[in-house]
Amino acid sequence: MTHGTGNLSGADFPRAALPLLADDRLRRNLRHATGTIRAKRAAVVGEVDDWEELREAGRAIKAHTMRHLPELLERFEEAAAAAGATVHWARDATEACAIIGDLIAATGESEVVKVKSMATQEIGLNEALEARGITAVETDLAELIVQLAGDTPSHILVPAIHKNRGEIRDLFRAAMPGAQDVSDEPADLAAAARRHLREKFLSAKVAVSGANFAVAETGTLVVVESEGNGRMCLTLPETLISLVGVEKIVPSFADLEVFLRLLPRSSTGERMNPYTSMWTGVADGPSAVHIVLLDNGRSAVLADEVGRQALHCIRCSACLNVCPVYERTGGHAYGSVYPGPIGAILSPQLTGVAANRSLPFASTLCGACYEVCPVKIDIPRVLVHLRQEAPKSPVERAAMRAMSWVMRDPRRYARALRAAALPLRRRRTLRRAPWPLSAWTAARDLPLPAAKSFRERWKEGV
Amino acid sequence: MRLALFITCVNDLVYPATGEAVVRLLRRLGHAVEFPGAQTCCGQLHANSGYRDEALPLVRHYAEVFAPYDAVVTPSGSCAAMVREWYPRLVPEAADVAARTYELSELLTDVLGVTDTGASYPHRVAYHPTCHGMRVLGLGERPLRLLRAVRGIDLVPLPGAEECCGFGGTFALKNAGVSAAMLADKCRAAESTGADVLAAADNSCLAHIGGGLSRAGSGLRTVHYAEILAAGEGS
Repeated sequence: MTHGTGNLSGADFPRAALPLLADDRLRRNLRHATGTIRAKRAAVVGEVDDWEELREAGRAIKAHTMRHLPELLERFEEAAAAAGATVHWARDATEACAIIGDLIAATGESEVVKVKSMATQEIGLNEALEARGITAVETDLAELIVQLAGDTPSHILVPAIHKNRGEIRDLFRAAMPGAQDVSDEPADLAAAARRHLREKFLSAKVAVSGANFAVAETGTLVVVESEGNGRMCLTLPETLISLVGVEKIVPSFADLEVFLRLLPRSSTGERMNPYTSMWTGVADGPSAVHIVLLDNGRSAVLADEVGRQALHCIRCSACLNVCPVYERTGGHAYGSVYPGPIGAILSPQLTGVAANRSLPFASTLCGACYEVCPVKIDIPRVLVHLRQEAPKSPVERAAMRAMSWVMRDPRRYARALRAAALPLRRRRTLRRAPWPLSAWTAARDLPLPAAKSFRERWKEGV
Repeated sequence: MRLALFITCVNDLVYPATGEAVVRLLRRLGHAVEFPGAQTCCGQLHANSGYRDEALPLVRHYAEVFAPYDAVVTPSGSCAAMVREWYPRLVPEAADVAARTYELSELLTDVLGVTDTGASYPHRVAYHPTCHGMRVLGLGERPLRLLRAVRGIDLVPLPGAEECCGFGGTFALKNAGVSAAMLADKCRAAESTGADVLAAADNSCLAHIGGGLSRAGSGLRTVHYAEILAAGEGS
């Protein structure tokens, strides 16, 4: 089984986080945006009496799907093909980019419109198409912002979450034709983007999308969105190419009932998303429909019984919005298109842990992510599981072994406690400690061992 | 009922006063508590850092030491969570003793049926619900109910209480920058309450927050809530 390629890894997390932590404006933007969406989510989830049952249903459907994924994928291919779609299989990012590039080249077009899609970001599709002389125009407002800025997404749902409206106004004035006088009012910014995009929708002959769900039973693809740009892309062009991760399968059409309730409440904090588009092969929209099923490391994840639950993710990003680590660094520190808690378990599994060794440690294991996950992915458990596989430094390994050797024997342990207590009785805290505790004392005082351990005091009579 | 105290390595080494408070409190409520001297560490540090093989002997050792007891009480939400959540996965034979291990507020509330510990503590106190106690054990209101019954206490709400302080074991060393940023926000929230004391169910988290407060020159003290529940008459 091959590992995934594409935009799935970057610099070490702690190092990548440093400049971001020092960026006060970024911290303010993130705190404001995640705080707002967190409150919205909590309010609309609180309205649903059977929320826990819904989560459990979502988890169960996904677990079932993963156990039967090969059969379900074949059933999907058969049903989609019977409805007039052409199904392609892509082993990794390079293969997927080549397939999609060839399909577009065959139409003779040099510009395509795009529906927001994490899978296409994962494989680096825009860059690959650009290398072949094809321009991909992002039509989701936040993706468009990121694209115009020559930036990369920093959030699964809100890729431009790291920018505030003042920054977006400046960007539109500089980079969007006809937007030289736009204000920083959200309605004004949206109107400018709409004018810019309308032209693209009306002239595009080819669209590229992802999919939120792929129904095995019927061969149907589903895209859930808020702005209506997706609906335009999915219906107006002649050719539609959809890149779909193999884990997006759900067995039956009825299963959508569960996910279409879980997703919007968890994701945007809405009871229902404004646009849900479903299409089965060739119907009344595009006359050529292609579906590219993407592996890119997913089969390797599937083989890991503990880790495979990362494939249950429906990309709602609720875990990002509640994560105290994400809130302070933003998404770029994770080096992958999948940031936050889900990224910390998904990216290292897709690439192999060795290629993403710092991500399983980019968490305090506080568990806020698990609490909000609509399909109950036990992210802390998978993080710990991946830490087991992550390469360790020889010094750390030696220290951990020594500590375990001392602690497994009560006599050695008691001696160690006495030794630690002896030389330090006079002071209560340290302001500066040697490595590795210097990392602690950089920002906090370090409490010192008590003059007598509890076990000694117990012997003397508590 | 044979009741054992699991003190935890951090409390044994750095915070013996918390262990003494638990013993004093239980005796005051009429319960004898034993301290099995062979106990060491629960193995959380190793298990959470990716050293399962090094954690396993500690898990087995715990299971052996505490097997004879009907209940084990520990003044740490995090260590109790390690035992209850992880032991059955790591060593299936440890599942029994794991199920009989309680964080202090669980023992008081669910096993002993106590709400009023008879304590008196005339201070303004903010309570920080530490992550593993809150989310893994689901302690919920238990510690707060016990604290509310303390005479003279002025319990004030902590803004953003559910947010992690940034400790996370080796996280504080491996991701020191992010950890410090989380800590700064937690310290600011704690100071904004005007409390004299910040209490919690975990001395490791309190060591982290307390270290940040003391570095910032704050007068706000950190105290394990067991010491508050044991305070007053007879102490």
